[in-house]
Amino acid sequence: MTDLSLSDHAVAGKTAPPSEARALRLPTQWLGVAPFFIFAIMFLILPTLYLMLGAFQNDAGEFTFENIAALAQPSIVAAYWISLKVSLSSALIGAFAGLAIAIAIVRGGLPEWIRSATLTFSGVASNFAGVPLAFAFLATLGRLGLATVLLNTVFGLNIYAHGFNILSFWGLTLTYVYFQIPLMVVIITPAIDGLKKEWGEAAATLGATQAQYWRMVVIPVIWPSFLGTVILLFANAFGAIATAYALTGSSLNIVPILLYAQIRGDVLHNAHLGYAIAFGMIVITGLANVFYIWFRTRSERWLK
Amino acid sequence: MKSGKFWAWVVFALGAAYFFIPLIATVEFSMRMRRGAYSFDAYQIVLGDPRFQATFGYSVLAAVFTIILGVLIVVPAAYWIRLRLPHLRPIVEFITLLPLVIPAIVIVFGYIRMYGSNSPLPFLATDMGTNALLVIGYAMLALPYMYRAVDTGLRTIDVRTLTEAAQILGAGWGTIIGRVILPNVLIAVLSGAFLTFAIVIGEFTMASLLNRPAFGPYLQNVGANRAYEPAALAIIAFAITWGCMSLIQILSRFAPRSANRPN
Repeated sequence: MTDLSLSDHAVAGKTAPPSEARALRLPTQWLGVAPFFIFAIMFLILPTLYLMLGAFQNDAGEFTFENIAALAQPSIVAAYWISLKVSLSSALIGAFAGLAIAIAIVRGGLPEWIRSATLTFSGVASNFAGVPLAFAFLATLGRLGLATVLLNTVFGLNIYAHGFNILSFWGLTLTYVYFQIPLMVVIITPAIDGLKKEWGEAAATLGATQAQYWRMVVIPVIWPSFLGTVILLFANAFGAIATAYALTGSSLNIVPILLYAQIRGDVLHNAHLGYAIAFGMIVITGLANVFYIWFRTRSERWLK
Repeated sequence: MKSGKFWAWVVFALGAAYFFIPLIATVEFSMRMRRGAYSFDAYQIVLGDPRFQATFGYSVLAAVFTIILGVLIVVPAAYWIRLRLPHLRPIVEFITLLPLVIPAIVIVFGYIRMYGSNSPLPFLATDMGTNALLVIGYAMLALPYMYRAVDTGLRTIDVRTLTEAAQILGAGWGTIIGRVILPNVLIAVLSGAFLTFAIVIGEFTMASLLNRPAFGPYLQNVGANRAYEPAALAIIAFAITWGCMSLIQILSRFAPRSANRPN
């Protein structure tokens, strides 16, 4: 930075009209990035700010905390609670299962084609979300789904009689895991690839057992990327609506579905309460991403 | 080590079971329409449904416009940042991550309130305006993927030398970006384009809240009213996603490689 300013000074001292040249250069410098910034400000930043400000205004446009306080009503708290539960449990299940699969395909000594096939499939499955995913799970674990029927006829286990329902917390969690695991596999596999062979050899040379190697080398190195990815999966599930809406209609009231109903028909009878719900969602996913970025910068130190 | 291999197989088998059973179940369910025999009736009904054709066509068109808009916004910005404004990179990368932070439903809620019929920019006042707003929203959703793809592509070519060579030969900025840079990162752009297509084609939230006759809301509507057709549609959607991802994989084989390629 200092170097740059020094050379600028030197140039300014020698050539005659530098200010003119600068004034001409500045706009063209920005021309290439201008569409990007205008687009981002108009269609990403301003609409979000508009909602965030609206969350602190009443109908007359005066500043108020009433909308935020109104979030405390039981139906909204319940919606946030179930959303947090579904997002967190699907993120954790997805993360551990994805980690196990990633370790198995990278370190498990499986044939090479399994690794590439798993990664390809993960790329597809992590993008197979939304309405079609809900259909697939209804066909599998719905009342007439293949798995439900087979469990009943072959093993005599009627899961619906035992309290399972696809239109419930566990049904939704199990469905979300279908895109969470592949996402974990896609993100965490490079981190496991980044574990250098030399570290294992060095640990072995120093007399470490396999368990010590895992506990004192592998886990500390993978930990930040693992936690970072858990948070990413959490935010990914928290904002998702299409799968849940197609699966459960509005019988499971997660936050995005509540907001969806509010946008469509003002079910809460207070326009600014919708802003407050959106504000709450931004705060939660925003906080999650602050942690994500923090963990990622920590993990990058090892994975060069 | 031997037990390690055994557990690796167990994990892999469990994972494969979890991922393949729903697919098998969906295929099976989609063929159960005719009583007592497997048939492709559900697929025939779905593919013959004029609403399927109309909404699918609409979404394909929306995806194409989204890709064009995304390329027009991302390529010049990513190029310019590499060439002239590297100090802006952290800001731009932060902005491209924002669509992953802010849920799509919140973004579209903002659009509805900001660009309503009696706002200074009344996108929602006309049908064309609403279509444009949907494409803009989709470009926003795809921004993180498009930017990442194009930036990775730019990393593998020598932007500065190419630009200077073109300038010496008398090319203007439009020529440089359109005829020198873009062809060189075409494979990266196409990867981003197919990913965009996969994201946009069945998107539900934005299309539904903007009341557009897109494929996503149609899927939801069929799901709420029919029994076997949704399963057929799920298989069709899976095939489309699979197709997009396969094309990306095939394209990546043609991509130029360099020493500082990140993945």
